[in-house]
Amino acid sequence: MENKKNILTIISETRIIHILLSIILGFVVGAFFLLIMGLDVGAAYGRLITSVTSVKGISYVIVYSIPYIMTGLSVAFSFRTGIFNIGAEGQFVLGSMAAACVGILLGGLPSVILIPLCFIAAMLAGALWGALVGVLKNKWGINEVLSMIMFNWIAFYLSNFIAGIPAIHSDGTAEATKNISDNASTLLSKELIADLGLCPTANWGILVSLLMMLVVWLIIDKTTLGYRLKAVGANKSAAEYGGINVSRSILTALAISGALAGLGGALQLMGMGSRISVFSSQEGFGFAGIVVALMGCSNPFGVFFAGVFYGALIYGGSKLNLVGAPTQLINVIVGTVVLFIAISVIFERLKYVHIGKKPKAAAAESGKEGAGK
Amino acid sequence: MTEFMNEFGIILYATLIYTPPLLYAALGSCFSEVSGVVNIGIEGMMTAGAFTGTVVAYFTGNPYLGFICGGLAGMLFGAIHAFATVNLGADQTIAGTAINMLGPGIVIMIARVLFNSTDTIPLTPDQKIPTLFKGIFDTSTVFGRFMDNVFATYASTYLVFIMVIVVWFVFYKTRFGLRLRACGEHPQACESLGINVIATRFICVCLSGFLSGLGGACVTMATSNQFRPISIVGQGFIAIAAVLFGKFRPQGALLGCLLFGFCSGLKVVLGGSSGVNVHLISMIPYVVTVIVLILFVGKSRVPAANGKPYIKSK
Repeated sequence: MENKKNILTIISETRIIHILLSIILGFVVGAFFLLIMGLDVGAAYGRLITSVTSVKGISYVIVYSIPYIMTGLSVAFSFRTGIFNIGAEGQFVLGSMAAACVGILLGGLPSVILIPLCFIAAMLAGALWGALVGVLKNKWGINEVLSMIMFNWIAFYLSNFIAGIPAIHSDGTAEATKNISDNASTLLSKELIADLGLCPTANWGILVSLLMMLVVWLIIDKTTLGYRLKAVGANKSAAEYGGINVSRSILTALAISGALAGLGGALQLMGMGSRISVFSSQEGFGFAGIVVALMGCSNPFGVFFAGVFYGALIYGGSKLNLVGAPTQLINVIVGTVVLFIAISVIFERLKYVHIGKKPKAAAAESGKEGAGK
Repeated sequence: MTEFMNEFGIILYATLIYTPPLLYAALGSCFSEVSGVVNIGIEGMMTAGAFTGTVVAYFTGNPYLGFICGGLAGMLFGAIHAFATVNLGADQTIAGTAINMLGPGIVIMIARVLFNSTDTIPLTPDQKIPTLFKGIFDTSTVFGRFMDNVFATYASTYLVFIMVIVVWFVFYKTRFGLRLRACGEHPQACESLGINVIATRFICVCLSGFLSGLGGACVTMATSNQFRPISIVGQGFIAIAAVLFGKFRPQGALLGCLLFGFCSGLKVVLGGSSGVNVHLISMIPYVVTVIVLILFVGKSRVPAANGKPYIKSK
């Protein structure tokens, strides 16, 4: 009995075990769908694993995960400060476009200056786009989710519009911008890529996302700014009563969240695309960020791993066609993982049910839990 | 004048084409949100409905059956969302996000199996939702042409406006409506009065799935004639925005969707005739929505218990 309770307590209290269980269940459900479709589960999952375990595969995964980590951090930051940043999509797109404009128009500058300038432009664009939502909310009380949904599309068409401006637009026939200057590229040198056998788009953007992971952690957990933002997120009235300027905090939180997504856009452009095409449909980096933030429990370190996991699934998933399995399997797996993460609160309640039978143990247990947090 | 009447007719026609999918979904969203369950999975439910509707219509040749099955497919995902959030007390935003991945993921996989492509095979005109009043007006007069333009729309369009009245009636004139609104404000008080909060919310979320599914089916069975992965893209979120715009009331959602639909119609006509950049014109519906919000709508009050899982105390 004692032993059984221990296991239950461990399962119910350890978030990471919920996540791992959810991931396993996600793959089980994925396998179920593969079986229904009469496909070979072993071949599909085998392909998934082999495609992400070679040196080249790993480099692809890292490169793929950069934008997801960034939008994931952006959404996670907003969750921690009590806002739901469904607008990371638009902030990402505009950040990318701002970096492209700088990278094209100021292309003559040396890398040391140009690359930081691109980053700053992207962060400013994202921050501005996020803060604008905050202004609408503070000044006119407009629901932030509503305005973000609109702003995502406005950003989408704005980006398409800017891509058509002659100074930016491609000289050729392509429906895209010019390529950004090589000085603005974050790609590793060709020799290094060839020597190590990496993927052709291997870039050092991942270092920036690692740095941002630390920055987000510092802001949220180690600064008074983070404390203020979290206080507003937890309880606006209490925060206001405690002397915190709520409107300004919301604005700051949205701006930081937007800057992170915008920087993600820049990293994607400078490492992967080097130009921005005229979109026909939203690319979904912002929405993926929501999933990544949820899988990472809105913890910056968790988000980093969740981003890499998501990047691995997306890259591995793109190879599933080779064994006749649909790429969409990845959406089903990730969707199931997220659903089970949502449901994992049931473990918490299981604990209470269990404890309810033994009142004394419950008191001791809740005392321990309180001390632990 | 003739020119103007023609263009105005086309704008109204386009409004009546763009509005219904959003409006079905928005009415669905009203049920869920007002009963206290955040449902950002509308998008996924619409996609499921859009696919199922066309597939059933394609194989049976019966558009009405297809339309209903589209609703039922949405309802299935609604039931998953309801089970996770209402029965198990899962986080509603997370579960909704999961639905948005599962819905498109599953149906596109099925499309690959059935059609060996991510798109379905286009429906023939008799497999589509019929137009009711096309061609009954005399198009030789200016007014007749105008009427013909406006009423060339599909049966699903007329149905959605009837649905608005039905939903309004259910919300404000029936016992169920009173209960569902109460569940979104103060579930504990409801339970103490003997209202089954869990069951009420479950039904509401399923209804939201059903209506979203119908909205999705509208897109693929009326507006266009086939399902493609980009058929729905974003419309579920616009529907949610319309509900926020309409302050969680069905009549408000109607206004929100009509405004959006009208601007989309405007976009179609302006895009063809004026020299303004097409991307700037495409922004109109979104920009106008924000401006109208600032000028006329302002703050909307969210139902008090919206987003909070209700866990029955023992």
